[in-house]
Amino acid sequence: MTEKLTAVKQSFETELAAAQSLDELENIRVSYLGKKGSITELLKGMKDLSVEEKKDFGGKVNVLKNEATEQIALKMKELKEKEIEREIGSMPEFDLSVPANLSRGSYHPITLVQRECERIFKSMGFNVEDYSEVVTDYECFEALNIPKHHPARDMQDTYYLENGQLLKSHTSAAQNAIYKKYKSALVNEGKPIKAIFPGRCFRNEATDACHENTFFQMEGVMVDKDISISNLIFFMKTMLSEVFKRDVKVRLRPGFFPFVEPGFELDISCAICGGEGCPSCKHSGWLELCPCGMIHPEVLKSGGIDPEEYTGFAFGLGLTRLAMMKYGVKDIRDLNSGSLKSLSQFTDDE
Amino acid sequence: MLLSMNWISDFVDLSGLDKLKLINQFSLSTAEVENEIFFKGSDIEGIVVAEIKSVDEHPDSKKLHLLKVDAGDGSLTDVVCGAPNVRVGMKTAFAKVGAKIGDITISPRALAGYTSYGMCCSEKEIGISDDNSGIMDIAEEVKNGTDIKELYQIEDIVFEVDNKSLTNRPDLWGHYGIAREFAALADRPLKPLDTVNLDDYKNLPKIDMKIEDSLCQRYSCLQVENITKNVSPVNMRIRLFYCGMRGINLLADLTNYLMLEMGQPMHAFDSRKVEKLRIKRFDKPFVFTTLDGVERNIDENTLMICNDNTPVAIAGIMGGLDSEIVDDTTRLTLESATFDAVSIRKSTVRLAHRTDASMRYEKCLDPEMTVPAIARFVKLLTDIDSGVKVVSSLTDEQAFNYETIKLDFDKAFVNRYTGIEITNDRIVKTLESLGFKVKLDGDNFSVTVPSWRATKDVTLKADIIEEITRIYGYDNFDINTVSAPILPVRADLEKSAEDRVKDILVKRYSLHELHSYVWAYHDEYKALGIEIEDNIKLVGAVNPNIETIRKSIIPTQLCQVKYNTGFSSDFGVFEIGRVINGLNADNLCNEQKKLAITLFSKTKSVEALYFELRGMLSVIADDIKHKELCFESKTEAKSYQHPRNLNTIICDGKIIGEIGIVHPTVSKKIDKKAAIVYSEIDMRDFAQIANASIAYEEPGRFPEMEIDLSFVADKFSTIKAAIDEQNSSLIKGVSVSDIYTDESGKSITIRIRFSHPERTLTGEEVKEVTDKIINTLSSSGVMLKQ
Repeated sequence: MTEKLTAVKQSFETELAAAQSLDELENIRVSYLGKKGSITELLKGMKDLSVEEKKDFGGKVNVLKNEATEQIALKMKELKEKEIEREIGSMPEFDLSVPANLSRGSYHPITLVQRECERIFKSMGFNVEDYSEVVTDYECFEALNIPKHHPARDMQDTYYLENGQLLKSHTSAAQNAIYKKYKSALVNEGKPIKAIFPGRCFRNEATDACHENTFFQMEGVMVDKDISISNLIFFMKTMLSEVFKRDVKVRLRPGFFPFVEPGFELDISCAICGGEGCPSCKHSGWLELCPCGMIHPEVLKSGGIDPEEYTGFAFGLGLTRLAMMKYGVKDIRDLNSGSLKSLSQFTDDE
Repeated sequence: MLLSMNWISDFVDLSGLDKLKLINQFSLSTAEVENEIFFKGSDIEGIVVAEIKSVDEHPDSKKLHLLKVDAGDGSLTDVVCGAPNVRVGMKTAFAKVGAKIGDITISPRALAGYTSYGMCCSEKEIGISDDNSGIMDIAEEVKNGTDIKELYQIEDIVFEVDNKSLTNRPDLWGHYGIAREFAALADRPLKPLDTVNLDDYKNLPKIDMKIEDSLCQRYSCLQVENITKNVSPVNMRIRLFYCGMRGINLLADLTNYLMLEMGQPMHAFDSRKVEKLRIKRFDKPFVFTTLDGVERNIDENTLMICNDNTPVAIAGIMGGLDSEIVDDTTRLTLESATFDAVSIRKSTVRLAHRTDASMRYEKCLDPEMTVPAIARFVKLLTDIDSGVKVVSSLTDEQAFNYETIKLDFDKAFVNRYTGIEITNDRIVKTLESLGFKVKLDGDNFSVTVPSWRATKDVTLKADIIEEITRIYGYDNFDINTVSAPILPVRADLEKSAEDRVKDILVKRYSLHELHSYVWAYHDEYKALGIEIEDNIKLVGAVNPNIETIRKSIIPTQLCQVKYNTGFSSDFGVFEIGRVINGLNADNLCNEQKKLAITLFSKTKSVEALYFELRGMLSVIADDIKHKELCFESKTEAKSYQHPRNLNTIICDGKIIGEIGIVHPTVSKKIDKKAAIVYSEIDMRDFAQIANASIAYEEPGRFPEMEIDLSFVADKFSTIKAAIDEQNSSLIKGVSVSDIYTDESGKSITIRIRFSHPERTLTGEEVKEVTDKIINTLSSSGVMLKQ
């Protein structure tokens, strides 16, 4: 029996040493330590031995069984480590020089500049209003102190519809509705009217690189008890510095618009030359950016607000122009072209 | 409008001041000055008056002459000259050797075998007119050697004001009004205009003149005769030329000069042709020939100046050919008038003929200017031609009354409007310098608006604020924020829904946002075989191709897809834009805001693409509203819609839009093989849907059980309905795990998840539910797949 034990031990050690994989190791475990395994069999073969022999031999077999279990465990650990190493070794080096696949969408550039302006004004407590594209003559002209025979009402400038309504020629067309919407909060709760209204405007004219019949503006108004020219300059400067992300210098010149008095043309210092003069600013150092002014008393009156008690300012920002300036778009028609070659380039920009 | 600094300086002494700085100040306080400023005369140097002492024919040239000229330097200079008007004894402008004209320095130069030591110059060569017909002819009494710049006002600073920025300032259409602004800005006095006293002629006979139409506000006229001179003085012609006008003859030049000086257009008639001046309109249209020789159609709305019943001029626009001054004219009738501005503008538009005069009349000229303009005209004329005789008294008629505008306000009003402190003294001084009469009583101002500002420009207190602040200078303002309560700003539901839809489509689905026009492009629609839906139309659009307003964005989007088929094999575009769906009961347009999506693919099946789009819409509804979408088949298809799989989209029980496939005819015109699907959602309807709140459910502590069942069924909705019918609280979810078709038809495999909040479920409990589902379905003919 002892020879048998020695033989089993030897063959176990030989086979174990030869094992290359976890599968082989498992086979070895089963063939020695399984229910019918060689070592298990040794114990079964003890039934013919004397008690003394049983005790002695049994002890040896148990030692062997423990040794085998331990060696298998060790071997298993070794083989597992080897397997991980093999897996690591088999991993190829990736070629990161291959361009990434940027399957991504795009926002219309107007959406991008509009969102930026909205964010700035919201942060200063302005409401963002939406308004229709089709408006009445009253909203677009009458309520804005634009008299019946003003050139702005000419057919050649405005798209009139068969029912007498028109496609709004400026975002100022929303002013009247906004005053009416907020006047009770102004009068009864002392809540100043602070609103911006971005929107699409239309002019009945031929298009070229600088002219579009469909374009975007953003109007802004603020009305309260003591709104002054000084406040207007402050807001314009603060807002434009945010838009252009630099400390812009602003300059006001008299400008005539029937719905403001006094009315201004607002210039900002040219970003390209820093005010020295360059082709972009026609060598003046200034860029004409947005008309603004103190809301005309008649316009406030049309909105149901007493101009003796309240004053306010209004401004109009050309969103289309802003987008063109920001992204260097030279041909205004690109914006409505629907061309994905140009418009797919505009991604989230905040 | 071009402006001469010399001319302005006639009326205000600006000596010792930086002119460029003043011009810049004018631009910031009054009206926009164009960037380019012209320094007239700065490019010529060393041009003197010289006398031609002898003229010899050039032996080899018919054109050239050999001259000896005396340039006042004690010797005679040899000059070769090609001008046709050379003669002995003539004095002319002579560029000596070393003189500069533009970039050229005059040097001795060989011309056809003879050397010329200098050059005789035409007015054009010196830059003072466009006359290049011969060399300058200068008065005999001028001393030889006199520098031409000393002799004439050649040196000048000329700047241009953007006409648009003068739209509301009728007083700024002449140099005198501009000078008033410079006087205010420079704080120097404005000189009065030098005129004759028209009272001197009051005993002379009146002109037979009558305003028969109130579109003429004022008509002033005077007759003169015995004009002997025909050519204007050089300095006058230089100013006209610098200001963009051509010299014609003394009378034409003078009317132009006066218009540029005072802003008052004037006209001179041959008195024989206007014996009975009548200002009126005609009942019937007729053809009238203006002095430029053009025949123009005059209608019944156009105001005319007439000799009794014969029209002689279009009021405020242009004179007639027949009443023009001719060679044998001896007596002139000078017209100085104001007309209704709107009427002039409309006539100008109708005639498509805008003149320097009509441009000014459109601005509402000061009716008080007509008489001083005549007085000034006569003064200028008699200064030039002393023999001129005035032969009528001033004949002046007014057809409308206007009231003097008086405005009262106090210091507090100025403070409130400006937000800064401007002293009472400064307010008074500023307003007075602009011609306003001011009475100050404590802090109360009473201001009278001068006639030249009162026609439409200054009518309100707010207008006075502008006068005060623009002269004060906006650059000098202290700038301040407001003091107002801090209150929350609530986001607009519709606006935020719009923003989130855009984010989902761009960021999650890589769609591209486009903008399209609000009208239907006839040509583009036609090319794709899309019928334009009948809708409200534009009136008189410049482009007749865009008459009808669109009812849906999809057709315009399909035109854009067509344009982009080369961009990529697969892409999707979207727009949130407006459409009009006819008129509401109040006859106002029914404007709607729509989200339109179109997907284009050359690699996917139309079904896969359709489901992709369905998925996007469901994600939008789930993300923004936490709601599910339902779909209901629609039968009525438009020309671009495939009649199959056209579905309305329902959310919260309300139809909010449509999803469909593009009609094969249109689709094939866009791309022969591509699948194209679209959807359109009403954004306002969508935004109105209440957002379902998140209903939190404790996660179950007991294991879930999943059962798969396959049914031979056409639509999942049938199975779903049967499951819902059981109303079992054990069912936690239903999903579709497979759809396939075999010999028994279309089969749908569903997976139902069961659980109980308080215990582990038994197989029997689950089977009880599934059996019921199977029975319900089989009773309606939907069999369990064996």
